[in-house]
Amino acid sequence: MPNMSKTKVPVREQEPLVRAKNFDEVCYGYNEEEAVEEAGRCLNCKNARCIEGCPVSINIPGFIKKVVEKDFAGAYQVISESSSLPAVCGRVCPQETQCEGKCIRGLKAEPVSIGKLERFVADRAKEDGIKPQGAKVKNGHKVAVIGSGPAGLTCAGDLAKMGYDVTIYEALHKAGGVLTYGIPEFRLPKEKVVAEEVRNVEGLGVKIITDVIIGRTISLDDLIEEEGYEAIFIGSGAGLPMFMGIPGENANGVFSANEYLTRNNLMYAFRDDYDTPIYKAKKAVVVGGGNVAMDAARTALRLGAEVHLVYRRSEAELPARAEEVHHAKEEGVQFDILTNPTEILTDENDNVIGIKCIRMELGEPDASGRRRPVPIPGSEFEMDCDAVIMSLGTSPNPLISSTTPGLETNRRKCLVATEDEGKTTKEGVYAGGDAVTGAATVILAMGAGRVGAKGIDNYIKSKNQ
Amino acid sequence: MYKILKKKQLSAVVWLMVVEAPLVARNCQPGQFVIVKNDEVGERIPLTICDYDREKGTITIVFQPVGVSTLKFLKLEEGDSFQDFVGPLGRPSDILEMSEEELKNKKFLFVAGGVGTAPVYPQVKWLKEHGYDADVIIGARTKDLLFFEDEMRAVAKNLYLTTDDGSYMHKGVVTSVIDELVEQGVEYNHCVAIGPMIMMKFVCLTTKKYNIPTIVSMNPIMVDGTGMCGACRLTVGDEIKFACVDGPEFDGFKINWSEAMKRTTLYKTEEGRAKLKYEEGETHHGNCGN
Repeated sequence: MPNMSKTKVPVREQEPLVRAKNFDEVCYGYNEEEAVEEAGRCLNCKNARCIEGCPVSINIPGFIKKVVEKDFAGAYQVISESSSLPAVCGRVCPQETQCEGKCIRGLKAEPVSIGKLERFVADRAKEDGIKPQGAKVKNGHKVAVIGSGPAGLTCAGDLAKMGYDVTIYEALHKAGGVLTYGIPEFRLPKEKVVAEEVRNVEGLGVKIITDVIIGRTISLDDLIEEEGYEAIFIGSGAGLPMFMGIPGENANGVFSANEYLTRNNLMYAFRDDYDTPIYKAKKAVVVGGGNVAMDAARTALRLGAEVHLVYRRSEAELPARAEEVHHAKEEGVQFDILTNPTEILTDENDNVIGIKCIRMELGEPDASGRRRPVPIPGSEFEMDCDAVIMSLGTSPNPLISSTTPGLETNRRKCLVATEDEGKTTKEGVYAGGDAVTGAATVILAMGAGRVGAKGIDNYIKSKNQ
Repeated sequence: MYKILKKKQLSAVVWLMVVEAPLVARNCQPGQFVIVKNDEVGERIPLTICDYDREKGTITIVFQPVGVSTLKFLKLEEGDSFQDFVGPLGRPSDILEMSEEELKNKKFLFVAGGVGTAPVYPQVKWLKEHGYDADVIIGARTKDLLFFEDEMRAVAKNLYLTTDDGSYMHKGVVTSVIDELVEQGVEYNHCVAIGPMIMMKFVCLTTKKYNIPTIVSMNPIMVDGTGMCGACRLTVGDEIKFACVDGPEFDGFKINWSEAMKRTTLYKTEEGRAKLKYEEGETHHGNCGN
């Protein structure tokens, strides 16, 4: 008999006011007993709607059944058929709009806690020393992957399992892409989870070369012509931060979320033993409502600031994961919704001293289908602050597209690539993740990495027939 | 790891290192820069490429230790290695984009201040190698801070040295030399100024008087150097530009200097504290009202 409890087995977390002062992981995850109990809530539906909700179609009831049977290695094998980064996705996927959003239990009660179960299975596999298995025989074909974020790691891992000789080129000094520089330690531990996933991919025989910027250090054409790669996958990520274009935006104390998070996460500015400085705000205003905005807000909080999050639409439209919004509020981030900045106020030395905002109301739906926020005339007000963190999204980095003849981009400067194979307009070159879609999620990038790996496999096989 | 093959003191405050970095040396051009990180805990420090040897696979960097990270660079000796050394970053210098026709019609004046002498050198050298003349002014506060006199003399058509205090050669700031040359009737139609922001600003004010278009190389605060963080943004004309991907060279007449200079001061307090701690140990506990 399934466990018919209406609520999820609660997951243990650090106390909000304690964790708001440290960078340790917020959520402790399920232990074995809790996981088995929660797994028991799955009805093992024949037409499992959760699978439809998963961008990479993990056999969710299949792995959960193995958890019920306490066959955790088996559960890991089931997930591994579809996903290469379960410890990451269990932590950062927006489950409420994907698998859990479709769960039949969610109609009358809380859905099964699929994300937490995925995380449990992945963490347990690591504890038990279970590693993904590489190819027994190498096929001798060389493939280069650009970028070691979720798309690149997945593509490289899949190709290595098929027997390819894969090299990843990473621009930064550490592998992991957004998992390393973007998502903070308190949500995705770097050593325990990210470095472990990177080691797993290396364990499959993938070579990772850091400090190489394709388009500068080596051109993409040289990778093919001089280095002898037969195919290339571009997973170079989203890139350039956007700003609002309001007065005062270049003042001292205004940061892109990318800069703020990179200093903190990649460069470990929060730790005294690392040299990179980070601005210690007393009162920070974060502009934006996505996961990155939540990450920036909660980072500023942990660095000692009072934090306000300013978002122009209403709470229902916040694009961040529900759990992040919930955690941010619990920790003390103050939400100023339906509010939009119009000017950043500065002193005579160009230091931020405040922000001028205007109240918004929701009008007719816009192109995104969400109700368009419109300013309420005469509702301007000022708020004191000494830092403003802009988290408005990113536009693709033009470094590769601008230095590679034959590689086309669309009007948003994203690389053009087919959905079914990730094939770009240049022969032998495939792409996926944020470089193609613009800023999206880890799971979509991972899915695109898989698609790209299949596309490359088909391409090399057909060429060598 | 990137091995230091040579280390040499150039002036009282400036040091040179030749570093083994074959991939960077293969494709770099004058005007571009590298990011150097000495160890796991170090910062990513942007440094303009001073020279390169494609065959030996080496890059020459020149730096003036000011903060903890560059002071740590100084502790490294020949045979030691940097943990990370990435590049080339930024766009190559303007002169590399010019046609032969354009280059022939240019009367170049390069103005170098302090450690900015290092990035001027490869540009003048490149011009010399391609058969074009360039005059060079090098300025420093005092004689002990001048370097590269012989190197620059070998590649420049005319070299003018000046010190603020008159301790060596001409006395006065670099702009006084520009004024004198122009007043003597020397014609220039392209100026490149590289040095402290305040110097570049005043060179631009001077060359503007004489209608000499002036390119400057900006050195703002940077983190990744690949366009990702936006820390290096500048106002150029009415546009926001990122020095790391759109620069580092820009039209000096269009730079908002006051904003650019204020932006470099953001971490001064933190950097000062970190330097004290590095040099003197844990003697400052921040309990004196800060």
